Amino acid sequence: MTFLNYLISGISLGSVYAIIALGYTMVYGIAKMLNFAHGDVIMVGAYTVFVAMSSSGLPALPAILLSMAVCTVLGVVIERVAYRPLRGAASPLAVLITAIGVSYLLQNLALLIFGSNTKSFSTVVPLSPLKLAGGQITISGETIVTILASILIVVGLSLFINRTKPGQAMLAVSEDQGAAKLMGINVNGTIALTFAIGSSLAAIAGVLLCSAYPSLTPYTGSMPGIKAFVAAVFGGIGSIPGAMIGGILLGIIEIFGKAYISSQMADAIVFAVLIIVLLVKPTGILGKPIREKV
Amino acid sequence: MKKTISRTARQNAITYGIVLAFFAVMQPLAMTGKLSSSLSGLLIPFCYYVVLAVSLNLTVGILGELSLGHAGFMCVGAFASAFFSKCVQGTITNSLVRFLLALLIGSAFAALFGILIGIPVLRLRGDYLAIVTLAFGEIIKNLVNVLFIGRDSEGIHFSMKDSLSLHLGEGGEVLVNGPQGISGISRDSTFILGTILVLLTLFIVLRLIQSRDGRAIMAIRDNRIAAESIGINITKYKLMAFTVSAALAGAGGVLYAHNLATLTATSKNFGYNMSIMILVYVVMGGIGNIRGSVIAPVVLNLVLDYFLRKFQLMGDSPVLQFLSDNRMLIYAIVLILIMVMTWSPKMVEKRNALFGRRKESKEG
Repeated sequence: MTFLNYLISGISLGSVYAIIALGYTMVYGIAKMLNFAHGDVIMVGAYTVFVAMSSSGLPALPAILLSMAVCTVLGVVIERVAYRPLRGAASPLAVLITAIGVSYLLQNLALLIFGSNTKSFSTVVPLSPLKLAGGQITISGETIVTILASILIVVGLSLFINRTKPGQAMLAVSEDQGAAKLMGINVNGTIALTFAIGSSLAAIAGVLLCSAYPSLTPYTGSMPGIKAFVAAVFGGIGSIPGAMIGGILLGIIEIFGKAYISSQMADAIVFAVLIIVLLVKPTGILGKPIREKV
Repeated sequence: MKKTISRTARQNAITYGIVLAFFAVMQPLAMTGKLSSSLSGLLIPFCYYVVLAVSLNLTVGILGELSLGHAGFMCVGAFASAFFSKCVQGTITNSLVRFLLALLIGSAFAALFGILIGIPVLRLRGDYLAIVTLAFGEIIKNLVNVLFIGRDSEGIHFSMKDSLSLHLGEGGEVLVNGPQGISGISRDSTFILGTILVLLTLFIVLRLIQSRDGRAIMAIRDNRIAAESIGINITKYKLMAFTVSAALAGAGGVLYAHNLATLTATSKNFGYNMSIMILVYVVMGGIGNIRGSVIAPVVLNLVLDYFLRKFQLMGDSPVLQFLSDNRMLIYAIVLILIMVMTWSPKMVEKRNALFGRRKESKEG
């Protein structure tokens, strides 16, 4: 029974990773860059909800919508100011280092505004826990909402990308930016849209993460952000169902590692997974092999 | 040809000269006690910051790969050497000999880890390499925190649970105590040794860059496929640069460890933050510019120290307080600005138009 409980909390954590990983995987697939600041956008989203609910007294749903709006704007601004000028730079490291700078900027801005002390985040989920098998298995309301939200998001995103014009434009840009431009696709606009969607997902992930683990600091987002990138690589970067599978598997691995091996080594286990995946199958579970043109 | 050789030699001499001049100014001031306590406490940190920045620049600027696990190699060097020093504290009493042996051991261990990590990781490139080195740094930090080593009459005991499960006999002592790290290290680091280490690091890195091997490494950075097509062994040269960089980071870690009484691995000193901090030095000094990596850490810390002291003297100046409290915020903004200013294709074009330089073509 404890095994099942661990499995459920693993899936719950994994669903949060999946939502974050979607943001990584979309940006990586389309803009071909690792958005290091994605994890910190999560933190901004969580702080927005925290402020909206505790000081302005907004109910949960408007607070989440506000947070999504804030993160969307933030994502687009970051892309416009820091990443777009570096598109086509001589060194691929340029945009990566800038992304690290943005990540640091967000963390330190949050530190300046909210201070370093931990804020206790009150959950946004009003559901009471579900007890099964005579109370031996408990599924919290947060878990149910998180899993449902991640499934809805994956289905919604897949439909958006495969069935709508902007979605098709994203696919085209991810395949060949130059050719997409020649076909009349607004490449910069499409990339900005990708950042907007990824960042609004980050806001949702931030709220769900902090509802399940209710301590909020300026560094809340960075570790889950990095782990979600691991999840995206695990599932196959650029693939939306891959991000979901990778996220959930990683969540389960982390919780089992914590429970059965060592709680201090859980992060190390997650990162060891990354190294093994990259060595054995660098394209991940659902990724397509990338051919290099000379 | 002769002219170019002498020019490189002159440029190298200037770099060494800067280090020697800094030493020549600071050492007498420190000896006569004219430096503020905060500044004299910074002299050894200057040395390891420079060693770390120069060695990271070898990976980032010369090899052209972003390593975010530099603090991990520093951690390996620091713990291996501190463990050694602690073990031989009773047997080797000469602190100089002990430090030099510790330096060798620390760098050797870091180099070993560099090879072990490098063989799998260097098959990756760009973003993947960055994230895997970041992961490596975190793993090392976690591992050190669950490591317990003790010694008694029966020999060395080892555990990954807690100090009690070492089962030490009578008179046994715990050498490495998990999260509490290693305590009671003899503080063998001095500013003179630090300066010598900086010069040695510069010598190794500059000699490597200006050799045939160094040119091969830079050829890989500029165009991997072209380099491979003219018969350069990619893996060999990548591993060479990466390992040298790791070994030097380990040497920096040795200097760091022997400057402290107690060595612990926290996210502040050996975590991701430290790796980023060194990266900031490299970027500010100029990616690929070794002399820049010598100057940037010192200048940044001197400016900061100046502001801090100013702030203490003047009492309340909100601007200065803001600057000294939010060092990392300023660093982040400067990092973004420098990157956008120096690497953006538009900016490069404007700069070339302004200074009348010919446009360098990277393609083909």
